Amino acid sequence: MSTLKPPVSDTDQQTGNLHAGITLVEYGDYQCPHCGHAHPLLKRLIKEHGRSFRFVFRNFPLQESHPAAFIAALAAEAAARQGKFWEMHDIIFENQEDLHGSSFTQFAETLGLDSKTFARDWESKDLVAKVEADFESGIRSGVNGTPSFFLNGKKLNSYDGTYESLAEAISLPVQGH
Amino acid sequence: MLLQKGTKAPEFQLNATPDQTLKLSELAGKRVVLVFYPADWSPVCGDQVALYNEMLKYFHKYNAEVVGISVDSKWCHMAFSQDRKLHFPLLADFEPKGAISRAYGAYNEQAGQCLRALFVLDEQGVIQWTYLSPDGINPGADGILDALEAMSKQKG
Repeated sequence: MSTLKPPVSDTDQQTGNLHAGITLVEYGDYQCPHCGHAHPLLKRLIKEHGRSFRFVFRNFPLQESHPAAFIAALAAEAAARQGKFWEMHDIIFENQEDLHGSSFTQFAETLGLDSKTFARDWESKDLVAKVEADFESGIRSGVNGTPSFFLNGKKLNSYDGTYESLAEAISLPVQGH
Repeated sequence: MLLQKGTKAPEFQLNATPDQTLKLSELAGKRVVLVFYPADWSPVCGDQVALYNEMLKYFHKYNAEVVGISVDSKWCHMAFSQDRKLHFPLLADFEPKGAISRAYGAYNEQAGQCLRALFVLDEQGVIQWTYLSPDGINPGADGILDALEAMSKQKG
């Protein structure tokens, strides 16, 4: 069975209860329609069960299939430097069908980010390296498409596109590993 | 049954484009990832080739080239490859249909198409790792990378 490599750490983008015993990791692509479908389900999951699990998002942009996916990932990571990762993450998914280069500058303005800092971070080599490291960790972990989920480090195969399948997964008793 | 580890990979010469062929022996000195898959255009194959297409630089790090093989024709491969912007060759095991796939034990006689099978060959063209995936399941790439990494460690 595929295992998450490397395990979740402080450098990961995370929300929910960081001290909960349950961690759900998503490998996602901002231009992937299936990830767009999963986004509101995950929002609801965090809203309704955010106290009982930690949610982590790792980037898995398929650049050849989705030309704006990589720069979208960079935009979210750049927003993170100003403490607005999840806000940017949401606004990108909410506008998934119409993403292009100038979208992200607009989103940064909408979120009230400092535009110069955002523009500089958005192009920084460090963030490119982070997104690439996420991608590589995905392939090493057995990600074969997006979204791919890992529950406490183990690949979750029960997600079937429904909210219930996610809610059920995080409510199962935690298996030792 | 798939050809097993330690077997010399059978030679082939198949069309990679309508007017070019690729021989396995031309890749000697490189590691080769042979990806047998059932069909162009089917959803799972699409995801699988799209994934490997994004990963070429990781394969290159291990001195490995990726080659896809199915029984689709060279024209079908060309259209599929252009549509998915693929940067690695798809070979047409088209005439006699499935002959090479059969030689690797990677042919589904009933369906008349390749199995979803992976082979990793070393620099001498000897099979070092194989994997057979259920038709409907994209095997991902972690197994391939683990195999390539193990080969590098073995070499020291």
